Amino acid sequence: MAEISVASRLQGSGAYALELDGIARHFGALVALSGINMRIAAGERRAVLGSNGAGKTTLFNAITGDFLPTAGRIRFFGEDITDLPPHERIRRGLRRTYQISQLFKGLTVLDSIFLACRGVSRRRFSLLRPSINDVNMVQAESILNAVHLESDRDVLVATLSHGQQRQLEIALALAGAPRFILFDEPAAGLSPTERRDLVAILNALPKHIGYIIIEHDLDVALRVSEYVSMMHNGRLFKEGTPQEIEADPEVQEIYLGGKHG
Amino acid sequence: MTALAPTDKPAAQSILEKIGAGNIVVLVLLALYPAVASDFFLTQIGAYSLILGMISLSLMLLAGYGGMVSLAQISVAGIAGYTVAIFGLNNSGVHGFGWPFWIVVPIATLVAAGASALIGVISNRTEGIYTIMITLAIATAFFYFTQQNYSLFNGFPGYTGIRAPEFWGVNWRDPMPFYYLCLGFAVVAYAAVLYGSRSTYGLTVQAVRDNPRRMRALGFNVTAHKVVAYFYAGIIAGLAGVLLVWFNGRISPGTINVSAAINVLIIAVIGGMRHPIGPFLGAVVVVLMQTFAIDIVGAERFNTLIGLFFLVIVFVSPDGLLGLWGRIKPHLAQESLRSGP
Repeated sequence: MAEISVASRLQGSGAYALELDGIARHFGALVALSGINMRIAAGERRAVLGSNGAGKTTLFNAITGDFLPTAGRIRFFGEDITDLPPHERIRRGLRRTYQISQLFKGLTVLDSIFLACRGVSRRRFSLLRPSINDVNMVQAESILNAVHLESDRDVLVATLSHGQQRQLEIALALAGAPRFILFDEPAAGLSPTERRDLVAILNALPKHIGYIIIEHDLDVALRVSEYVSMMHNGRLFKEGTPQEIEADPEVQEIYLGGKHG
Repeated sequence: MTALAPTDKPAAQSILEKIGAGNIVVLVLLALYPAVASDFFLTQIGAYSLILGMISLSLMLLAGYGGMVSLAQISVAGIAGYTVAIFGLNNSGVHGFGWPFWIVVPIATLVAAGASALIGVISNRTEGIYTIMITLAIATAFFYFTQQNYSLFNGFPGYTGIRAPEFWGVNWRDPMPFYYLCLGFAVVAYAAVLYGSRSTYGLTVQAVRDNPRRMRALGFNVTAHKVVAYFYAGIIAGLAGVLLVWFNGRISPGTINVSAAINVLIIAVIGGMRHPIGPFLGAVVVVLMQTFAIDIVGAERFNTLIGLFFLVIVFVSPDGLLGLWGRIKPHLAQESLRSGP
């Protein structure tokens, strides 16, 4: 498949997975993002923290192409993707999850993941029913296991619990050989047990898959990331390791209300 | 795949199981119907219901699976009908190239499908009630255009004297052959939709209905998938349009006016849009009412009766007759109707 050969060609070229140069986004007079510069190495796991309205999800939307940035360039594994439509970015290995689950309520769990696998392959318009040995069906089954949904494979998505829907949300992003994933608050609304499962799922991802995770729960964010970027009012204002960020007094003041630690 | 769930399907299904007992019973009954039905019941009720059912099926495909309620499906069928009249034979003295049916029918179907895809392109950026409005506008505009254009559509009188062909030693105009012709087309269309709903493409259309944004984020070109759905719906509506023009022997703006467009929607709603059998159920009910309501309440008020029935159905069961069935036998309905919205 074409997308895999692209991946192997870039492997070892030392290219960054994601490079953001001066990304800005204005909504009329509102400056949602301004001057965002970020370099993320292939396979790196980065947390983006910040209070509500800091511009984190807007940054994700700019990277995935849900809307175009007002200024700046985005490079994905060395290729300029600033002007590509969303589905072309996905075919290059970029994935995202949503803060509010974006699922297919009328489909079963397995069919949903199957479609997610099919999304980056040929035969998206096939009028044949997929056989159980179909390569994308086999991938879907293994992803089902990776996110611990195997006992719900034939259940309608609409009947899943909130926690299961969050797991499926991650499963859809894992489908079809992703190289880089944007996780938008995957732990939102999860119970403490489900959060532990989530940390296990994220830490068990293959090492070549890098990601950015937006997460308000520091216990989750700092345990699944190697490096942390802090955002405030649409700007990056601090970067460091999880330990540095946790100990930083300015960060504690703005983000943690000075009480954490 | 170490742990497959116990609900896993048995490895081999017989052909009987794959097709489904219910489908086979219905097919056998429909095949035996000419043995008991008079010519009137064979054509005016049987064949006509199958034709209207196919047009509504094309709407059900778009609306039930794709969430796109198009009111222009009767226009698509009409385009196929006009194409048959222009390229085949008619006795209106305009066009009528007299090409053989085996060229004309594929051309008519493709022209209709292409027109349907074009309607899909035009209405692609709309959703919900706005899709209904823009397709209604297209249907209305097309109706007035056919009425006023004489060079291509022969204006108000349209085309008359269009006949179903004779081949294999059968005159397909005769009631029983024509009924079987309609039944054959309808069964193929029904089976294609039923099978296709669980195909890769069928699943993508349902997923686009549920969440277009996520489909884009998974690498799907949502616009292309919607337009292709219109194209396939156009094939079904186009074939039905060919049958309709053979059934009526004529095509004129009256065949494709606004009330005909809305009739297609009424049929689909009365039958239900969760399963491709719904439009055919709705068509039988509406055709029976249109035929016999005149005897019950008189020619002046038969539309009132149909309207009242429509209201009752929508009020009692928003999912049409299929939804009613679902209430009586919930466990059966859940199994057989699962692929719907």
